[in-house]
Amino acid sequence: MSFVFSRGRLLLWGACLALAVALPLVLKSGFMLSLLCQIGIMVVFALSYNMLLGQTGLLSFGHAVYYGMGAFITMHTLNMIGKDGSPLVVALLPLVGGLAGLLAGVVLGWVTTKKAGTTFAMISLGIGELVAACALMFPGFFGGEGGISGNRVVGKGSLLGFTWGPQVEMYGLIVAWAFVATIAMFALTQTPLGRMANAVRDNPERAEFVGYDTQRVRYLMLILSGFFAGIAGGLTALNYEIVTAETLNAHTSGVVLLMTFVGGIGFFYGPIIGAILVSVMQIVIGGMTHAWLLYFGLFFLFMVLMAPGGIASVIAMQRNLWQAGLFGRMVPHYLAATVPILVLMAGLVGLIEMSYALLAGEGVGAGDTATRVMGMQLQLASMEPWAIALATTAAGVLLTRWIGGRTGVAWNSALSTLHGDKS
Amino acid sequence: MTAPAIRMQGLKKNFGVSEIIRGVDLDIHRGERHAIIGPNGAGKSTLFHLISARLPVTSGIIELKGENVIGLKPFEINRKGLSRSFQITNIFHNLSVFENLRCAVLWSLGYRYSFWHRLAGLKDARLRADAVMEDIGLTSRRDTPAGILSYAEQRALEIGITIASGADVILLDEPTAGMSRSETDDAVALIRRVTEGKTLVMVEHDMGVVFGLADRVSVLVYGQIIATDAPAAIRCNAAVQEAYLGTGTHAGHGHE
Amino acid sequence: MEFVVISLLNGITYGLLLFMLSSGLTLIFSMMGILNFAHASFYMLGAYFAYQISTWVGFWPGLLVAPLMVGVVGALIERYGLRRAHRFGHVAELLFTFGLAFLVEEIVHLIWGNVAVDYRIPAELDGTLFTLFDTDFPIYKGFMMLISVGMLVALYALLTRTRIGLIIQAALTKPDMVEALGHNVPRIFMLVFGGGTALAGLAGVIGGNAFITEPGMAAAVGSIVFVVVVVGGLGSLGGAFVASLLIGCIQTFSVGLTISVTDVFALIGIVLPEGSQVARLTITQLAPVLPYMLMVAILIFRPRGLMGARES
Repeated sequence: MSFVFSRGRLLLWGACLALAVALPLVLKSGFMLSLLCQIGIMVVFALSYNMLLGQTGLLSFGHAVYYGMGAFITMHTLNMIGKDGSPLVVALLPLVGGLAGLLAGVVLGWVTTKKAGTTFAMISLGIGELVAACALMFPGFFGGEGGISGNRVVGKGSLLGFTWGPQVEMYGLIVAWAFVATIAMFALTQTPLGRMANAVRDNPERAEFVGYDTQRVRYLMLILSGFFAGIAGGLTALNYEIVTAETLNAHTSGVVLLMTFVGGIGFFYGPIIGAILVSVMQIVIGGMTHAWLLYFGLFFLFMVLMAPGGIASVIAMQRNLWQAGLFGRMVPHYLAATVPILVLMAGLVGLIEMSYALLAGEGVGAGDTATRVMGMQLQLASMEPWAIALATTAAGVLLTRWIGGRTGVAWNSALSTLHGDKS
Repeated sequence: MTAPAIRMQGLKKNFGVSEIIRGVDLDIHRGERHAIIGPNGAGKSTLFHLISARLPVTSGIIELKGENVIGLKPFEINRKGLSRSFQITNIFHNLSVFENLRCAVLWSLGYRYSFWHRLAGLKDARLRADAVMEDIGLTSRRDTPAGILSYAEQRALEIGITIASGADVILLDEPTAGMSRSETDDAVALIRRVTEGKTLVMVEHDMGVVFGLADRVSVLVYGQIIATDAPAAIRCNAAVQEAYLGTGTHAGHGHE
Repeated sequence: MEFVVISLLNGITYGLLLFMLSSGLTLIFSMMGILNFAHASFYMLGAYFAYQISTWVGFWPGLLVAPLMVGVVGALIERYGLRRAHRFGHVAELLFTFGLAFLVEEIVHLIWGNVAVDYRIPAELDGTLFTLFDTDFPIYKGFMMLISVGMLVALYALLTRTRIGLIIQAALTKPDMVEALGHNVPRIFMLVFGGGTALAGLAGVIGGNAFITEPGMAAAVGSIVFVVVVVGGLGSLGGAFVASLLIGCIQTFSVGLTISVTDVFALIGIVLPEGSQVARLTITQLAPVLPYMLMVAILIFRPRGLMGARES
């Protein structure tokens, strides 16, 4: 390992691995275990996506194609080996998924990477739609509406006692693959191709004038990214034992874009944060309210407008402040800023939840009678709850402008001190 | 007799109906320092864009060391040993100074699109990038993102990226544009040092730089070369004086 | 013959509708450099607004009011959202519109539910315009054509006859120059964005009841509009026009063709092996993928698009 990492990094990675292995000892419920499995898969998928967006500057709207192809080929291979397989073969199946993703990258990437920038974004969307439409046209391979399913427990034997039957064993397999894939993707950023991908992202013209074919760099990065997306797809196939056409459609492509961006595309670990955060939000908030996609959309727009570097960049900024000894003077401002944000959120959530209850007709009949919203009995037909929610929102907006403005001033002065120190 | 470093014959470039380069014939000898001067809008930068394939040629011949290079892509020409800088600074803004220079040497050291070499283990790339960084005086800024360097530092980095690959034909497009007197003097010393033993072609407005550096000077007026000669001879060339007196002499801040 | 004429008419109707979307998208892209991912969301909003208005006061007021409302929403989004995202570059802008598309769909889900709403063609336009070889051509299709063509003429007049139109046209080719000439570019941007989205809204008003008004309609149309823009050539209004009609016709023709892929290859003398899944597919089944296949073909053989000037 030491050929990739410095000692400090080695420790950090070791700690992450230890944490991942130890988590199911604490979070024992089946719910938590399936959440952890989902996170592990999404970490690989989001990291593979960031090879395009963060490292090469390619905004793709069709990355699910490689993920989905990996999943389908893995599932077909699983079904093909069937009873003759061994747990060892099953453990290696994500590699088959990876190769499928790689092959899809070789074929489709040849078309998409002819262009960069906005055109690439549109073409990736078109290719994604093309493959998704094909998936519905060939039910033999893609299983039509129901998808195709399989059984990851094959043969009779076991691999060192693992049959992959219990979910916790599957979790172990996911952690192992995710760890290896993450190391490989990190190592890739430290190679000539990885660095030239950054160069192509920053200034494609200059890259051409130092001898590099930018189209070739994009193409190779897309192929490799397809490989890792395919591994994530293979893990999905094994984990859920069913693959549907949704695995490779625009929605899945959108989700991986969202989580990668929210986590932060400018840092290697950004997508890991995004994958964890979005998966947790999806399951935790998704379990609490039907409006979770709406909240998520708002959260995403908020991030685009306020912190386009994602959560990783916010963390990095705090670390810089900390190292410059400026963090302490920001703390009171952060604390002060949470007040208006909480007020604003309370108002907005109230409005959205009541609208949902009223319009989507959940709970007790829509509109006319008392409805339960977030555990409260509310008379949605009367003006009262609406007035309170509106007033809270308005107060939140005013407070945000007032206190938020002061926080902004403090923030800017801290930043200018920071940069002043540097240069 | 070896072929000239660059040979242009009957070179023309049209944008729509307007002719920008109207038949240029010029041989750049190997190992010489050649300056191209001329009034604004004469087509000097366009000429560079044609040689380096940033723009397609309308008609004519360009040979690099005896080899036809018309129709090649920029990176293919670069691989044949021609490297250029830009009038408007053209660097990798988010990468550090060191990474900028390392990117510039990777291809020439044969690492191509490798994803099996570890960058930190490539001693030759590191040494070369460090040496160039020393040459251009940016060693103290090694890990600074190129985007936040000062203007003069960015110009130095621009030259550094251009020469890092060890190309033997170097094209510099207004390397001292926008620099102060003392910065210009430093830049001239730098250029003289790093192009030792190489072929240098440069577009330059600053006559001090031109007469201090160039072995030969070509004067480009309205897309044609009206004179090519040693600096001293150019100074008293009647046609050149007319061209310049007609349009006014040029300080170092012109743009085309 | 009958099939050809009817399909052609349907194709042109659909193509004109596509052009109302792709022209707005192209104008916004050319002027502001923004690929408005949420463009089809405004199409959807137009349909839903018109539906809501039609339940209160009927179809006709909605025809005028709904596009205007969409345009205002668009202009506000440009002013208070996009302009901020602009500071962070093109990727942030694109992501902003992407998030917007996501959000609009959720809001539509919230307000109007998950299933299609009953947005109907008004009674006075419900009927047969003329009958051609036993096939009825509905009045509403004729009405759609009329509105689209009328809109196009108005757009053309606006772009070529008015001052603001000339500025917009100039900005298509020389955006920096227009800014340098001291025009209030941010305000022009807001107008163009509002106008482009209003155009999409109008398409939604007349398309929503001809096809379907449901939360998935934005995603379904959105990707086709992108294909139109790529095929026509990024930033070219003429290209968008040709590509809209082309793809409109491809879609209507292919939906009506029941011959199989094997038959098609037989026409050009290639015999496909029997029994494979591909060979059994009919052109109708292939209809959803044909526009995308056209896009791929264009990218391989003519990367600039049919009439594109910019290489990007």
